Amino acid sequence: MSDVKNPLLSVRDLSVAFRQEGKETLAVDRASFDIAKGETLALVGESGSGKSVSALSVLKLLPYPAASHPSGEILFEGKNLLAADERELRSVRGNKITMIFQEPMTSLNPLHTIDRQIGEVLKVHQGMGDAKARARTLELLHEVGIPDPERRLGAFPHQLSGGQRQRVMIAMALANEPELLIADEPTTALDVTVQAQILELLDRLKEKNGMSMLFITHDLGIVRKIADRVCVMTKGKIVEEGPTEALFANPQHEYTRHLLAAEPKGKPPEADPDAETVLRGEGIKVWFPIKKGFLRTTVDHVKAVDGIDVTVRAGQTLGVVGESGSGKTTLGLALTRMISSEGDIRFAGCDIDSLSFKEMRPLRREIQIVFQDPFGSLSPRMSVSDIIEEGMRIHWPDMKPAERDQRVAEVLAEVGLDPSTRFRYPHEFSGGQRQRIAIARAMVLKPRFVMLDEPTSALDMSVQAQVVDLLRDLQKKHNLAYLFISHDLKVVRALANDVIVMRNGKVVEYGPSTKIFSDPETDYTKALISAAFDIATAPAGVVSQ
Amino acid sequence: MSDIQSKTAVETIRDRSEKPWLSPLNQRRWQNFKANRRGFWSLWIFLILFVLSLFAEFLANDKPILVSYQGEILYPVIVDYPEEKFGGFLAVTDYRDPVIQEEIEAEGWMLWPPIRYSYRTVNNEIPAAAPAKPSWLYDVETRCGRYMQGADDPNCTPGNWNWLGTDDQARDVLARVIYGFRISVLFGLVLTAASAVIGVSAGAIQGYFGGWTDLLFQRFIEIWSSIPVLYLILIIAAVLPPGFFILLGIMLLFSWVAFVGVVRAEFLRARNFEYVNAARALGVPNRTIMFRHLLPNAMVATLTFLPFILNGSITTLTSLDFLGFGLPPGSASLGELLRQGQRNLNAPWLGIAGFFSLSIMLSLLIFIGEATRDAFDPRKTFK
Repeated sequence: MSDVKNPLLSVRDLSVAFRQEGKETLAVDRASFDIAKGETLALVGESGSGKSVSALSVLKLLPYPAASHPSGEILFEGKNLLAADERELRSVRGNKITMIFQEPMTSLNPLHTIDRQIGEVLKVHQGMGDAKARARTLELLHEVGIPDPERRLGAFPHQLSGGQRQRVMIAMALANEPELLIADEPTTALDVTVQAQILELLDRLKEKNGMSMLFITHDLGIVRKIADRVCVMTKGKIVEEGPTEALFANPQHEYTRHLLAAEPKGKPPEADPDAETVLRGEGIKVWFPIKKGFLRTTVDHVKAVDGIDVTVRAGQTLGVVGESGSGKTTLGLALTRMISSEGDIRFAGCDIDSLSFKEMRPLRREIQIVFQDPFGSLSPRMSVSDIIEEGMRIHWPDMKPAERDQRVAEVLAEVGLDPSTRFRYPHEFSGGQRQRIAIARAMVLKPRFVMLDEPTSALDMSVQAQVVDLLRDLQKKHNLAYLFISHDLKVVRALANDVIVMRNGKVVEYGPSTKIFSDPETDYTKALISAAFDIATAPAGVVSQ
Repeated sequence: MSDIQSKTAVETIRDRSEKPWLSPLNQRRWQNFKANRRGFWSLWIFLILFVLSLFAEFLANDKPILVSYQGEILYPVIVDYPEEKFGGFLAVTDYRDPVIQEEIEAEGWMLWPPIRYSYRTVNNEIPAAAPAKPSWLYDVETRCGRYMQGADDPNCTPGNWNWLGTDDQARDVLARVIYGFRISVLFGLVLTAASAVIGVSAGAIQGYFGGWTDLLFQRFIEIWSSIPVLYLILIIAAVLPPGFFILLGIMLLFSWVAFVGVVRAEFLRARNFEYVNAARALGVPNRTIMFRHLLPNAMVATLTFLPFILNGSITTLTSLDFLGFGLPPGSASLGELLRQGQRNLNAPWLGIAGFFSLSIMLSLLIFIGEATRDAFDPRKTFK
């Protein structure tokens, strides 16, 4: 592995163990990698593979003493950081090696202005005065592409968008002109369009400052775009390493091949234009009032969904795509009557827009929802069997316990889980298995319409593909109508017959998915598609920053 | 290194196709509780003391547990036999009367509890003026000097000792402590349970529905809790004859408020959890969502609070008794014992007995509460 001459950072035989309730778990097992000056190394792996833990070890940011290093050394400019004391580490952290994290909202202090947060780094490490720090902060903000930086100096993190917050984080990381930038999934929490912009920015800054970058991600598309060399990690071990081009062209290890083959594939079944309409919405509006003044009079509305018509047919999928904040989920919740809305909603020919919560209850069996976060949507205190049974208890109160149990076992087998695991609790399952449980909970009631709210975005790439296949099989088997909400166009392309592209609560484009993906009409759709498939940025003004 | 990994992997993959009797979360909590040795032992000591005190009538009583008289087995603790059964004329038999004792011994036998005094039995044979010292501080002659046959009297047995002395009305202090412990703990438990039911329901409704319900209820609680409870009890005690249930009722009016805050906060936080939304989407009614999905979240906070509320209720009852506004005169009460200790400084055994019984009871409960809190703390890990 010593094909790198004069590495800037050299990690040798690094192991990380965690101690919990008397048991030791090995998170990283003798991993070695080098980063040369000016190089970008990508550390790729699925969740739990140990990639973030390896990166955090470089700066000794793990929760010691629960974490320990049974073996290894980390050489940075010839010094072993693992053996360094706290004082030496402080001179490296935030100075020669800096980090940016996944979630820009929680990485910034919500109570301090941008000016103060960036200024602090400069004052601590370079001993700058107020005026000098301020000038440098402005320069940095300009460099990372924050529009109108003078006005933004006094802004608090919540006043910036997600992309802008990540830009501020990058500005903080660059403040001391580091030798090495560690980026831990910096774009995972961002929209695809913003992700493309941030990646482009990182690449440009790296070239300009001549720094090295350790880039941690689970997304192979990003790796191909940004990395010079790649290390593939699984179960705490680095299984393959090599230049990006060579690794993608000729993967050696089985796991790498598995990762590369994991993209959601396949096509939705042929759409039958005469299929029965299951759900139809006309002129759906969800307006949230903005109240001002002492008497709380309504001065304006936030138009989350502003007059949208949709039709979902049996056995077919309607995909809803758009950036975050475009009103996708709100539209779905309005159609399933989880929030109040204006406009006409017809389910299987009956008007449901004026029904009360109680009157809706019999229909809830036929209208099901699968939520985004498989960790949040299952009650941690109920066993899988109880979770799946809950709907049956309400909609078929006369069903015998033995029959309920039988149905739970059947539906678990149907979604690809072992029925004998039904008395376990959600925390014993992985993310993908949990999402299967959530799907089983919806399917056991034999619905006709299922709203899928980003069901794959919290999952690893290879698991995403499996869940997409499962959803497609279930749809075919039970002739289900899906409303599929996602920001991930790859998944939408694999599942949807028709697509709605939404922006600011309005429809930008609505049509058959083949047409939208092959021949998009609006600039916005084009930008979304190029950001998702080629990680390319769009000209200013087309998408949000 | 890989040994460690494979071992833990084997341990986590356990075949469990049967429903476990306790959910894994509760199993972990029970392990954590047991790991706190002090709390675990306190729980056992407290449980033993409490169960013993529930059978106080069989431990300390002025009636025998069993009597065999003319070939018939009698249960004086459970049934009140008139004295004419044994040839007397009173409506209720006084088994401590030497005449009755001789009559029964002649025609059969009787089995006494270990302590032959109830909480209200007046000992007429105390060796000195009441309050009398504990019996083991006297020699045999003085101790039994008041019995008819002196040291040879059949009643001159350890069963008739006043182990902790007598109070100023010549009643046995140990018997009063046993009965007083029982009434204090029962009062605390009933009050805590009832306040928990009311407080948790009120907090749950406020937190779940929010908005105007929450706003109005919160203002009401602010006004309600600003009423000075102690003065109100004093005023009501002057009008109504104070008894166990009247005191319970008055204190219940105010003690439920303590639970509302924590439960409301938990419900406000958890009502937007995704699994609650998922339950709504299944058509689960509000009542079921509150019980099955939200209440377990709030139970952690509630259970953490419970032992401290329990202690608070016991202390309040004791202080009312101490002031003389609590349980009716003559009841076994630790507060009344403390008051006697304060009035009879020449009889330190009164104050000492009261102090130790109260402090041991409260400490045990606090230790149990502490261990419960630790057991429910998800971040606490024990080695």
